[in-house]
Amino acid sequence: MSASRLLRWTIPLAAVPLLALLAYGFRTDPRDIPSPLVGKPASAFSLTAFDGQPVSLDALKGRVVVVNFWSSWCYPACYEEAPSLERAWKAYRDRGVMVVGVNFQDQEEPARRFLTQFGHTFPNAPDPSGRVSVDYGVYGVPETYFIDRKGRVRFKQVGPVTDQLLEQQIETLLAEAA
Amino acid sequence: MTPELGYAATVAALVLAVYGAGAAALSAVKGRADLRRSAERAAVGVSLLVIGCMLLLVVAFLTFDFSVRYVAFNTNLGTPFYYRITALWGALEGSIILWSFMLSLYTLIVIARYRRTQPQLYPWVLAVMLGLSAFFLLVMMVPAPPFQRLSPVPADGRGLNPLLEDSGMITHPVALYLGFTGFTVPFAFAMAALIIGRTGEEWITITRRWTIVAWYFLSLGLLIGGWWSYHVLGWGGYWAWDPVENAAFMPWLTGTAFLHSVMIQERRRMLKLWNLTLIILTFSLTLFGTFLTRSGIIGSVHAFSQGSVGQFFLAFLALVVLGAFSLLAWRLDRLRGQGELDSIVSRESAFLLNNLFLVAAAFTVFFGTVFPLLSEAVKGTKVSVGAPFFNLVNIPIFLALIFLMGVGPLIAWRRASAQNLRRNFLTPVVIGVAGAAVCRLLGVGNVVVLLCLGLVAFVAATIVLDFARAARARRRTGDGWLDATWGLALRQNRRYGGFVVHLGILVIALGVAGSQAWSTQTEATLDRGQSLQLAGYTIRFDGLEAAEESNHFKVTGTFTVSDRTGPFTVLTPAKKFYPQEQTPIAAVDYRLGFVEDLYLVLGEFARDGSHATIKIQVNRMVSWLWIGGLLLTLGTALAIVPEGRRAPAVAHAGERAVA
Repeated sequence: MSASRLLRWTIPLAAVPLLALLAYGFRTDPRDIPSPLVGKPASAFSLTAFDGQPVSLDALKGRVVVVNFWSSWCYPACYEEAPSLERAWKAYRDRGVMVVGVNFQDQEEPARRFLTQFGHTFPNAPDPSGRVSVDYGVYGVPETYFIDRKGRVRFKQVGPVTDQLLEQQIETLLAEAA
Repeated sequence: MTPELGYAATVAALVLAVYGAGAAALSAVKGRADLRRSAERAAVGVSLLVIGCMLLLVVAFLTFDFSVRYVAFNTNLGTPFYYRITALWGALEGSIILWSFMLSLYTLIVIARYRRTQPQLYPWVLAVMLGLSAFFLLVMMVPAPPFQRLSPVPADGRGLNPLLEDSGMITHPVALYLGFTGFTVPFAFAMAALIIGRTGEEWITITRRWTIVAWYFLSLGLLIGGWWSYHVLGWGGYWAWDPVENAAFMPWLTGTAFLHSVMIQERRRMLKLWNLTLIILTFSLTLFGTFLTRSGIIGSVHAFSQGSVGQFFLAFLALVVLGAFSLLAWRLDRLRGQGELDSIVSRESAFLLNNLFLVAAAFTVFFGTVFPLLSEAVKGTKVSVGAPFFNLVNIPIFLALIFLMGVGPLIAWRRASAQNLRRNFLTPVVIGVAGAAVCRLLGVGNVVVLLCLGLVAFVAATIVLDFARAARARRRTGDGWLDATWGLALRQNRRYGGFVVHLGILVIALGVAGSQAWSTQTEATLDRGQSLQLAGYTIRFDGLEAAEESNHFKVTGTFTVSDRTGPFTVLTPAKKFYPQEQTPIAAVDYRLGFVEDLYLVLGEFARDGSHATIKIQVNRMVSWLWIGGLLLTLGTALAIVPEGRRAPAVAHAGERAVA
């Protein structure tokens, strides 16, 4: 009798693992979907930067490249990560790392203001036809792609990058032989 | 001022709801009528305050009161006035108000109807319903406040999500929420029955109509959602197994199971435990649906709002599930069924199978929906399952359900004799097989579609045959055909209402099968004056026009459509550019037909109008879904005609006809 009395409480208890699974859902990010491009060769692009200089991925063969997609209207995420990108550029440019900013679905005026505000010294280029963002499968801004010396996309970050993440990813790619 | 007033009303309503729930419960324990009356007054107060909140928000919308954050985020000065009213439920915060509002209306109806007739169950029902209201008011107060002040007040609002500027969005959430909240009443009665230990058929009989109405609104909500998806989203489909759709579909499945299994309990006193389990599941799934759509734990094409509301819903879901099933466990001794299954070939077992399949379908949908979570928890990788999984698993289940739809209502109770089977099913089986064979000869090659057509013919034949037999029997007593059929439908309204609903489901099944099997589409870039052909239509691109609308910029393409007999219509699909959206919204144009819809979506175009890309679909039999929806409406109306009023209604109608 007492065994069956105890056993009946398994009815409500059966729901507990399910509820736990749902609670676990709060710790994950559903939009964190691995990019199908990871491991594949990065698509080439050549754009003209805001300062008029050409920016082309082909010219950067053999170097570690960080491609960051941003917009002036992407507040606060793009504003949060902007200083980190500039710091990473300054820290790693001497070791052959290239940082490229691609301005995504934006207008020229506010985009230039953004660049002035953060004093970006790495090349930033508008993508007027949206071609590059489509090739990279940009879903929203900011997104950042890490390209290794062989020209393959190795990591994609959705959402703002941090100093720590930049350092970790760049160091990993730099450690690899060309 | 509005934000503060609204917030104060919410807090007051919450306090009253908590007090009312406590007072109602206490009145039931102590048997004190004064407390019960006080709880009723609290419930009325809650309703009035919630209605007040609704009105405040409506006024804020109509007067563009952008000091209310919710108004500023969901309208702008260009939003037409009717969308300013429906913008009320255009986002999470307002949806919660709508939910509270419906819940409080239902509470008022429960008070009015059952205060005197159900003295034992009623106080607990009131307590449960006020407790549920309290939760939604808490959500309105903390994680999703509709009355948050926006400061500084902006000159213009952000605007409603353009996809929601559609008639479907006016009605879809209302129907869906009426369905969701509707299941609260049977659930509350079930809980009350468990608490006082009256676990017989009482709660089921009382809430029968509530269940049917809730089920109907849920079905309607799903169909309108499909219609919205079909004519707004521009992909030509009505169902995508998206998590949000699944969220509404799961309670529909378990609710349908419940609707059927209660008949077994009414008739045979079996399945007590099962019925309680089903209503708890159904109600929990309505909460789970809201949790899923609002927590952001699973990715979806639908807009998700995030924030702490997900945690609130999960905590509440845990409380409801654990609480309800604990009550069930506590009362387990009283839930032994009195009847027993006599034979596998019987109506009981047909209904049991129907339940099994419906719950299995609900389980697979649930499993597929939370699969990304599960795989991430177990294997660390996020894997989504999509339409192929859901179709693969569910198509056989739904075919089996259609078959049972034919068997269940006609097979004998307890034990079907060979004679009963022959009498009821021989002709329909022949008709079903013949129907499938004819379709095969007409060129239908797809096995699943053939099976579906054959089964639909079989079920339709059972229904027609049964009705014809009964009507003939009545005619023998001297009635004319019209009186015989109409009188029969009204006299046995539950049975024939159910049959009409079944017919509606059959028509929907045909629509689904036909649209999946026979639709066709093409896409091309046309120069001005150039034509494209598809399925007997010739579509000519005549040019583009641009226009500035109240809240957006619109580019419209003109396409002349001809069939073999010459031009017959002009379709004007458009692209709408809203300042607040980064991507343009497609405005589909279509010509609906009984057999097929012609459906045009404008793609990319040249600014000078010299060429444009157009996607053309010929979607077959999609209209049958909406026709099926009408049949569901008719059938439901018939099924819930109050028993006492049936006969006078006929007499009355007769008098009218004579007069």
